[in-house]
Amino acid sequence: MYTEKVMDHFQHPRNVGEIENASGVGTVGNAKCGDIMRIYLDIDDNQIIRDVKFKTFGCGAAVATSSMATELVKGKSIQEAMEVTNKAVMEALDGLPPVKVHCSLLAEEAIHAALWDYAEKHGIKIEGLEKPKSDIHEGEEEEEEEY
Amino acid sequence: MGRLIYLDNAATTKTAPEVVEAMLPYFTENYGNPSSVYSFSAGNKEAISQQRDIIAEALGAKGNEIYFTAGGSESDNWALKATAEAYESKGNHIITTKIEHHAILHTAEYLEKKGFEVTYLDVDEDGKVKLDALKAAIRPTTILISVMYANNEIGTIQPIKEIGEIAHEHGILFHTDAVQAFGQVPINVDECHIDMLSASGHKLNGPKGIGFLYIRKGVKIRSFVHGGAQERKRRAGTENVPGIIGLGTAVKRAVTTMQERTAKETELRDYLIERVMKEIPYCRLNGHRTDRLPNNANFSFRFIEGESLLIMLDMKGICGSSGSACTSGSLDPSHVLLAIGLPHEIAHGSLRLTLNEEIAKEDIDYVVDNLKEIVEHLRKMSPLYEDFVKKQ
Repeated sequence: MYTEKVMDHFQHPRNVGEIENASGVGTVGNAKCGDIMRIYLDIDDNQIIRDVKFKTFGCGAAVATSSMATELVKGKSIQEAMEVTNKAVMEALDGLPPVKVHCSLLAEEAIHAALWDYAEKHGIKIEGLEKPKSDIHEGEEEEEEEY
Repeated sequence: MGRLIYLDNAATTKTAPEVVEAMLPYFTENYGNPSSVYSFSAGNKEAISQQRDIIAEALGAKGNEIYFTAGGSESDNWALKATAEAYESKGNHIITTKIEHHAILHTAEYLEKKGFEVTYLDVDEDGKVKLDALKAAIRPTTILISVMYANNEIGTIQPIKEIGEIAHEHGILFHTDAVQAFGQVPINVDECHIDMLSASGHKLNGPKGIGFLYIRKGVKIRSFVHGGAQERKRRAGTENVPGIIGLGTAVKRAVTTMQERTAKETELRDYLIERVMKEIPYCRLNGHRTDRLPNNANFSFRFIEGESLLIMLDMKGICGSSGSACTSGSLDPSHVLLAIGLPHEIAHGSLRLTLNEEIAKEDIDYVVDNLKEIVEHLRKMSPLYEDFVKKQ
């Protein structure tokens, strides 16, 4: 069901943990739907992401996308991190099963949420960053009925 | 492949070697159509009749009350749809429960669209139907009560005899989905006033694609598959002879070994439950502690999600299942776990382990030892656990 890369990041997730006094923290998803992602960012004065950590409650794909997303933004500038889309995360993992695509959206949202927190704390505006939705399932359509 | 510990016997079971052996001649040697006239086929007709008797005896029924189907789902569909159709003039109300298998629930929803009214009974925190609520739900128009014998997820066994008595007193037909219970607990259709009963071959070491519906003599439901005169004109189609032989052999085996097998499974199930509850914190047992299938254990581990847990167990060679949304393909976790009152986030962290007779105590130890490590690993990664610890 999952690619080798997904399995690798699930089995050996990179950057799991917390950052004390993080520059920005973002939590997205909800327990009701079975996935919550939290990203911690440590951003220096030159707006470079020095360190990133995550914690995730969710399925294999949720853990793998969090792990990959942290790898993709680590050491990058804020603007570069803004370019880490869900598509980029998916591609880096060699794809996800269709039912798991929302996990990659969650990863993108979690990074945006952490950047938003950083921007708010430091009174700056990040170009292209909108206030993240806390619930990524909002507006998602119900399964089509059979019969 | 390394060690394999198969603990998903509620999903399906290994076909017993003697079952396969009994089936084999019916592919290449005795392949005749049982409906044919020549003597080459006569043996097959007789063999089918023998299997019918074996199954009937296991239920305290008669051979001509057993109708072969393609499995549990077909039997459930048949029981509900055909009863609704045959008894429509008497009434349009059906009573079932919120924890039935989807073969019942989706069929009931289909009937609702056709104008029938369905009451879905709540269950208590152990997953049992409340008899008072059942009595209160009965209307003059109620034509059928369908309550599963034992639940496939949490293993809870229903007070079937009491339910049957209530149905009988009110002159209402009683159907039970016994797909999980048949072969695991002794069932007598007369004692429990069961009018219809669904069962499946592959849950009791028989082949897949074969099952039966018991229909009490006198219940006037009609053909579900129209065509030839097979199954007393109630279910057309050339008989799945190897499947029927396999099913009969499996039922005979299940009945013969039931006492010893289930005693062993119950002991190991209790050992598993005891170790998990004692050694893994923030965990609950789902389903009734004692009135449950001999081979079923179902836990919820707080702060973690079921699919992650299953994948990590799989890496250790352990096969289990979960009621988490991620494993069901929808956003909601198991309807059964929600019906017993679990909040969504706890339902997502569920794990069902269902044993078989080949499982040994060392296997259980291996599973619990690994489970402890995996739960701890996933909790370390969980933001829910982080928040919980910080609040302490």
